[in-house]
Amino acid sequence: MTWLFLPILIAAAVAAFLGGRALARRRSSGLRAHSRPGQHGALALIWTAAPALAVLLAAAVFAPGLEQQLMASGAPEAVQELEPFRRQAFYADAGAVGAGRPAAQIWPAPYAELLPAEGRRAARIDLMLSLGGWVAALLAAALGALYVFSRIRPDLRARNRVEGWIVGALFACSAVAVLTTIGIVASLVFDSTRFFASVPITEFLFGTQWSPQTAIRADQVGSTGAFGALPLFAGTFLIMLIAMTVAAPVGLFSAIYLSEYAGPAFRATVKPVLEILAGVPTVVYGFFAALTVGPAMRGFFNGVGALLAGGPLDPVGQYLMLVQNQMALVAGGVMGIMLIPFVSSLSDDIINAVPQSLRDGSYAMGATKSETVSRVLLPAALPGVAGAMLLAMSRAIGETMIVTMAAGLAARLTLNPLDTVTTVTVQIVTLLTGDQEFDSPKTLAAFGLGLTLFVVTLLLNIIAQRIVITYRQQYD
Amino acid sequence: MTEATQTDGARVNRLRAGLKRRYAREQRFRAYGLLAIAVAVGFLLLLLGRIVEQGHTAFYSHAMTAPVYMDPPRIDRAYPQGTNFEQLVAEQQLRRLGIVDDAQGTKASAMRGLFSSELKFIAAERIARQPGLVGQTVTLSAPLSDDADLYLKGEISKDTPAEQRRLSDEQIAWIDRMDAGGQIAARFNTGLFTRGDSTEPELAGVLGAVIGSALMLLVTALIAIPLGVGAAVYLEEFAPRNRLTDLIEVNINNLAAVPSIIYGLLGLALFINWMHLPRASPLVGGLVLALMALPTIIIATRSSLKAVPPSIREAALAMGASKTQTVFQHTLPLAMPGVMTGAIISMAHALGETAPLLLIGMVSFVPGLPHSLVEPTGALPSLVYIWENASERAFHERTAAAILVLLAFMIVMNAAAIVLRRRFERRW
Repeated sequence: MTWLFLPILIAAAVAAFLGGRALARRRSSGLRAHSRPGQHGALALIWTAAPALAVLLAAAVFAPGLEQQLMASGAPEAVQELEPFRRQAFYADAGAVGAGRPAAQIWPAPYAELLPAEGRRAARIDLMLSLGGWVAALLAAALGALYVFSRIRPDLRARNRVEGWIVGALFACSAVAVLTTIGIVASLVFDSTRFFASVPITEFLFGTQWSPQTAIRADQVGSTGAFGALPLFAGTFLIMLIAMTVAAPVGLFSAIYLSEYAGPAFRATVKPVLEILAGVPTVVYGFFAALTVGPAMRGFFNGVGALLAGGPLDPVGQYLMLVQNQMALVAGGVMGIMLIPFVSSLSDDIINAVPQSLRDGSYAMGATKSETVSRVLLPAALPGVAGAMLLAMSRAIGETMIVTMAAGLAARLTLNPLDTVTTVTVQIVTLLTGDQEFDSPKTLAAFGLGLTLFVVTLLLNIIAQRIVITYRQQYD
Repeated sequence: MTEATQTDGARVNRLRAGLKRRYAREQRFRAYGLLAIAVAVGFLLLLLGRIVEQGHTAFYSHAMTAPVYMDPPRIDRAYPQGTNFEQLVAEQQLRRLGIVDDAQGTKASAMRGLFSSELKFIAAERIARQPGLVGQTVTLSAPLSDDADLYLKGEISKDTPAEQRRLSDEQIAWIDRMDAGGQIAARFNTGLFTRGDSTEPELAGVLGAVIGSALMLLVTALIAIPLGVGAAVYLEEFAPRNRLTDLIEVNINNLAAVPSIIYGLLGLALFINWMHLPRASPLVGGLVLALMALPTIIIATRSSLKAVPPSIREAALAMGASKTQTVFQHTLPLAMPGVMTGAIISMAHALGETAPLLLIGMVSFVPGLPHSLVEPTGALPSLVYIWENASERAFHERTAAAILVLLAFMIVMNAAAIVLRRRFERRW
């Protein structure tokens, strides 16, 4: 209902624009005004709308807290005696009932009777607060309009002021990017410090035992759990290594072929195909890994194991027969496929940036194309290619869905690609998708892992970008 | 002289042999390159082929049509929903097949297992609409259960030992007999596109997730595109060259490479735990995806602003336009095709993003269709994840079908971007 105020506000802003324009026309008739009437109108519009929006924003931020306080201060005793978590749920349901929606749960005797009355009270408080917010917003709009209308004069530099507002708004847009980074760092650091208060950072970084599942309840035996993340780092590293073993040669060679050998028609067909491969969502790769590649690989290794078992290589055969779907090789291999287009397009750019004169010089000396590529182009492009590989590694480390769906949960310190390993991202997802209270060390551990992941990928990215930029400047 | 020719000949021979070796190496090198491309393309074909192969069967499903005698003593006219229609139909089907049930009614319950629970609602609705049908024989048509459907699609084989499949020999025999009697027909699975998620695979559809994803993308687009374009315009056209600007630029480049799961952690900490926005809602999902899409949109917009030649700006400024007028009346409109292309591509990317959605709570089962921005909803990629984890085998084909729907949306968006680029892009 209170949304009826929005058209009023819009109408007021439009009226301010028209009024400001008319006023500017009247006051500057026959004079040489600094700004066009429309620019005066725009200034009036800004001064009417901006204060109102600021008030509405403040109301939106503070209203929920205020509403909670008002609800709590007048609540019946029975409700106040509820434990905090249940009380919150009761208020939420009261709000729902007040708004005419059904309650989320069925309440026992005293609360069921209280619910309608509390619902009406919640609706009243809600109405009061939103009405108050809108009235304050309209008031602010009126004050702003009053101020600006008193200032409209032929010599008012309305255009410069309007443009100042616009540039300010644009700056605010780009500040959001910085705020995002601050938000990421702040949230990760804040929750991580709470985690490191209960688990020492050295134990987290160098401990070899990872079993957060035991830390569910405080009164359990071994309730502290084990938060040694080294096996996770090892698993992440192993999968990244496998992925790069697939993606680096395939991506690099396809980039070389596309930039040095392929004709325009071939390029025009293959490049979009690679772009499609790059556009496939990672959850699709995860599905492919879990239901196609995993069972196929397992079947293959189990078959080889059955052949070897009983022969001279019996232990190997016995081992291969027990290989699981969730081996590191599956997740790593599919991740490698996912990275091929990424490596290929970055390397393509970098090889193309090598000046043509280097190629021409090499051909003039009688070198073949492959000799030119391997002895001239690649050495010249080496830093750039290295940067591209670092970027791909950072991608592989941060990739989540493929490993969540196709890698295992067993934290194991191993470099055997046929073992199941788990990664940092898998553990973050596992720790945060259960139903437990937010403040347990278990959920906070996810933020510790997130911070580690963020720092490592950030370092890789910064190094890679430095290398690529220096490389580009070398040939500019 | 002769010595010289000899050495020359030897040299030529050596060079010839070397040349042969070098050309062979050249051929090999070229073959490696082709092989690499073949591997990439081959994997794409394998990936898409497997998904189509697994998913195409989800687009049709089997339904049973049978005459049902609406037995008056067993149906409460005032409350038809309370009737055990499944039992009623199962008994009549058994009688029709000439099978006598035992005292515990095990055969009837085995028969019941072949129908979807939807049967009950279809029958109850018919009776509620026309109470006069009680006491008459009505032809009912209802989907088969997921296991019966899988058997008819050939996914469950008679050759597997009975204890390893979810249908008994008896049930399979019944299905075959009903099929032979013309009671079972395959039809297009409209439910897949008109229903929300369900715990019963045969009743589960993607519409809830499609709407959820659409709501989320709406929020993302409304936030990320204006903010991203504004930021890019500021950085490209207005920003003074100073340390603050450099900081923002470095920042944006690094944000574009931050793993998506970190954005999920940010969303969880900022929007859910701190701002108390509703968990798993399209609003929170859209906000997180907007923060993720922002750097890509900024980078795309900046590069298309850079592509507008300076002469345009200089001409406008020379005519007395202010900096702002130049940008908004000349530079930005000329850069718009590129901006929109970048925006659409980043929206398509956001559509497929899964990891952050899992962290903000979109991993739980949400039945029905979403109708607001602040209620828990599913999204297409998280639906794929949820279905992939489901234990029922019938969800596997539906997962692949949901992937096909997701890919279809992405292809449409990318095609729109390509068309936009082809039609409006200018080469200066």
